[in-house]
Formats: sequence, structure tokens, C-alpha cells
Amino acid sequence: MRSLAGRWQTWAGFGVAAVVLFAAAPAVLSDFRLSLLGKFLCFAIVAVGIGLAWGRGGMLVLGQGVFFGLGGYMMGMHLKIADAQLSKQPVPDFMQIAGVRKLPAYWEPFASPAFTLLAIVVVPTAIAAALGFGVFKRRVKGAYFAILSQALAAALAILLAGQTSVGGSNGLNNFRTFFGFALKGPANKRMLYFIAAAVLLIVVAVVRQLMYSRYGELLVAVRDGEERVRFLGYDPANIKVVAYTVAALFASIAGALFAPIVGFIAPSQVGILPSIVFLIGVAIGGRTTLLGPVLGAIGVAWAQSLFSERFPSEWTYAQGLLFIVVVGFFPAGLAGLGALVKRWRRAEVTPPPEPELAAAADPDPDAEKVGAQS
Amino acid sequence: MTTSEVEPVAGGNVGMGTEYLEVRGLTVDFDGFKAVSDVDLTLFQGDLRFLIGPNGAGKTTVIDAITGLVPATGSVNKSGVELLGKKVHQIARHGVGRTFQTASVFEQLTVLQNLDIAAGAGRSAWTLLRRRPGVLPAIEEALDIIGLTGLIDKPAGVLAHGQKQWLEIGMLLVQNADVLLLDEPVAGMSHEEREETGNLLRRIGAERTVVVVEHDMDFMRAFATSVTVLARGQVIADGSVAEVQANPKVQEVYLGTAAAGAEGIS
Repeated sequence: MRSLAGRWQTWAGFGVAAVVLFAAAPAVLSDFRLSLLGKFLCFAIVAVGIGLAWGRGGMLVLGQGVFFGLGGYMMGMHLKIADAQLSKQPVPDFMQIAGVRKLPAYWEPFASPAFTLLAIVVVPTAIAAALGFGVFKRRVKGAYFAILSQALAAALAILLAGQTSVGGSNGLNNFRTFFGFALKGPANKRMLYFIAAAVLLIVVAVVRQLMYSRYGELLVAVRDGEERVRFLGYDPANIKVVAYTVAALFASIAGALFAPIVGFIAPSQVGILPSIVFLIGVAIGGRTTLLGPVLGAIGVAWAQSLFSERFPSEWTYAQGLLFIVVVGFFPAGLAGLGALVKRWRRAEVTPPPEPELAAAADPDPDAEKVGAQS
Repeated sequence: MTTSEVEPVAGGNVGMGTEYLEVRGLTVDFDGFKAVSDVDLTLFQGDLRFLIGPNGAGKTTVIDAITGLVPATGSVNKSGVELLGKKVHQIARHGVGRTFQTASVFEQLTVLQNLDIAAGAGRSAWTLLRRRPGVLPAIEEALDIIGLTGLIDKPAGVLAHGQKQWLEIGMLLVQNADVLLLDEPVAGMSHEEREETGNLLRRIGAERTVVVVEHDMDFMRAFATSVTVLARGQVIADGSVAEVQANPKVQEVYLGTAAAGAEGIS
């Protein structure tokens, strides 16, 4: 069905993205802005996962901050230990101030870079899979699932803020090195940005493969008719767990990149608010598409840093308004606008549009299918 | 899948020792209200059975119970395998397929994608993670039977109402279901569509067991090989169309209820 031209287009698309991310952006942007873009790319990596779980799978994941935080904190712990070892201290700086002389037991394994990287991949995956099986096998879905995932984010944020051994509400900050590279140097900051860009491209490629595979079709089927899929001999829980776990893994990797790029990880990056902000970008960009979430997440984050410098309080309102307008009037997001315009044009050319055709051209699943499915 | 060389007949067309579905003492209790009580049904391969009865007789509930959607007591035995107590998707994998009163195809997916998903229960993770390499022969065959070959790449959402129902039946065929439970498949169809659906059921019914829940008496008379009449959750008659029509209990049930009485059974 997908012709050679389609395949060529795909490669061209990835090529253009690579040129923009690896050549154009570093040439045009200052080191500060490039680092900022690196941060946005981290959000975009989370967004790609949300697009899969929410847009294609219908799971309103309101608590991706949990996995973002897990990845970020695990990376942060390793960076703090490495910094302490370099300055020949037994414990990281913030523990010294608190009067702690010995590294807590659960910190110790994170002294190993290999263990840390493995844990960043394995821990959120395992948690998401266990949680997903527990929740989806019991047929918890729709708003109940959304509330549950959000409560989890709130709980983790409160838990972390109360833990002095991970920096309390300040979180972990003041990282000096990243696997032996000094974070002060502009070349090393640039390297971090390139890593984030490469990870984003890989993540998009993975989701693209998932979307166009038989699994991707099945996931859409589960989104639109979970019970029907059951009567075809599938257990929808298994199908949903995969998408949910992949989204969690992406969020964790993004968090692990966010910590060194931005220089801190704190409970404020874990709780309800950041989890919802992740979602806004995805909704605005177009949750059912491949690139909508990426562009939406980068766009919203960019607008936020641009406007909040000048109008900090107004921006919050603007963001809320944007979210309402998009969800209420353009449920398919900006990506859906293209289809909408095309439809209007077609309607003008052929005056009596077939109602059935119009219904089908809408690439968006009804909002209730995603949000309020009972 | 040969077409109309073999016709469905009452009691099955292959004799004993073939595929069968045996329902014994099926009871569904909704908090003290017995929606279905003590229903017995015996269906052999090649039977095109119609399940009729006034509104609220428990026809759909019988199907729900057989397919595991509602908990029930008693026994549902499919060729030696007890289905009661199994999960919905496990029952489906044992070859029991069903449709719903409202067509429930996946409207965002194409006809081909719908059929491919229906054919795919039990695929390995490796197969699932790759693209569909081509159209499976079983799917081509099913498309031919349901007459949707030309619409293979159309989103199911744009199909006409009748076509959606045929697509659903096609999905049951590629699902490899040999017991097909169809809940009012011709509701809302035009006269021509009903005719075509009936012929479709005769074609596919020869090699399978087809149970049709229906209100349309003309449709029933034209295509049923055997009929079971339900009223108030119980089987009140069982047999060929002529036998059932002659049954005084059936006449009483249908004449006793105003709505269905107007439609008339005889």
C-alpha cells in the first residue's frame, strides 16, 4: 500500500530533521539557546511517547512526570556521586551540609555508570509494565485511569519533596560533570544537545515503526473498540501495556537527559503540573499523528520561555486558554487543521459533500473515546 | 470455503461426531432477576438457527452468556470444551464469534485492516511489530464472500450500514469462528440488503453453526432452517419454522404481546 515514493518521503523527512537538528540549529543558535532547545527536545521525547499512548492508544496518561522524574533522579544521583568522587568526598555536597557522612545504601549502586544507564531503562519499564497489567487487566480506563495516573505523579512529587536524601524540594542540582566531561564547557553542552537530538530521532523512528505495524493498527482498534477487540480473541490489556510501557521508557530517558542539560531535577518537574504541560504540547500539535506531538511540545515550550520572560502571569492564562480551545474546537490539534482545510476546499469544489465521507475524513477519534470511555 | 453446494439444514448437515455447541441449563441471574433461566440449545454444524421471541425474552442475554460477557451458570460445551467460566477473548479463540446490534467495526481503520486484525489473534510479537506483508488468502476469500473486494482500502467508517454488517460477518469468517452468533444482523437494512444478507448466511452457514437473533419474521421464514423461541428467559418452542408456527404456546406469546403481535408469526 505504501509505495516507493512513500518510503522515499520518509527518508527525506528524517534527513531534513537531521540537518535541522544537527547542522542548522547549532549554526544559528547561541550556546544558551541551543541548550534551551536541548531541554525542549527532552519534552519532545516525552511527547512522542504520550502521542503513542494517548493519541493512538486512547490512554490519557496524566502522570508522565513520574517516569520523567524517575529517569531524571536516577541520572542525577549518579552525577552527584561522580562529582563527589572527583572532589574526594564520601557524599555529595548537599548531604555534607545536612551532616550526612555516609552514602545511603540505595545510592550506592548508582556510583556505577553502567548500572545507572541500565536502571534508567529497566526501572520505569518494569514499574509501568507492572502498573499497566494491574490497571488494564482490571479494565480501569478513561477518566479513572487518568485520575489514577495523575494521583501517582502527585504522590511521587510529595514523596520526593519529603526525602532529604534526594535533596528534598530543592531536588538534585549543581552537576559539574557528565560521565567525566565537565558540564561547564560549551563543547560538552553541545554534545548533550546532540545526544538529545539523536535520541529524539530514534524515538520518532521507533514510534513510526510501531504506528505502521500490525501492532499499531491493533492499538487503534483497542482505542476505538476495546470490547470488540476482546471478542476477536485478543486481550486488550496486553496491547495497552506495551504502548504505556514504551511511553514510560521514553519519559524516563527524557528525564535522564533533562537533568544534565538543564542542571537540576526536582519535585517540581515530577508532579501534576509538569505532567499536564507535557500533555498540552501533544494536544496542540495533534496527538494522533507522528510529528504533531514533537512539534507541539517544542512549540509550546518555546512559546513559554519566550512569553514567560516578559509576561509571566499572562502566559499561564494563555496556555490554559490555548489548551481549552484546542481540545474543544480542534481535537486533532494543529496537525488536524491541515485535514480540516483540505476538507473545506473539497466541500467548495463539490457542493454536495457526502456526509459519510466528511465523517471519515476527520482523523480524530471522538474526544469521549479518549477521555470518557466507560 | 465452497459456496452454496451444501445448504444448511435443520439439525446440521454433517451428521453426528462433528462440531457442535451444546447449551444446558443456562441461567443468567441479574441480582435476583432471572434474565435467562434453564435454557437448553443443541446446535450442530450446518444449522442456521434463528432465536426469536418478544422484547425482553433474553435472546441477546443468551448470546452474551455464551460469549462470556455476562456471568452465567449451567454449561456451554463446544465440541467437548466447556466455555462457561472462560474469559471473553479465550472463548473467541475457541471459535465462537459474535456481532452486535449496532455495527461495531473499527471505523478509523480500512476494510483490510479490520479483517487483518480479526484474522490475527494469536500472532507472535515479532509478527505484530512488522507491517502487513500482503493480503492473506483467507482475507481475500472472505472479501469475495462478503462482496467488499472493491472497497479493501476504504475506511470502514464510510461503508453503508449493510456493508458494515457484512464486514463484521467477514471478520468472523477470517477469525475462523465456526460458531457465529449474530445479533439482529438485518436491523435497519433495506429490503435488498436483507435479501443479500440472508443469502450470505445460507452460503456461510453450510460449514458452520450460525445463530441469528432476529425480530424480522419474514426474514426468519425465508432463511431459517430451525427456530428456537424464547419468552421470559425460557425456551418455549424448538423446531422447524413450520413446527414453531403451529405451536399454540408460540402463538399465545406473540398474540399476547401487542407490539410483536402486530407483526404476527403465522
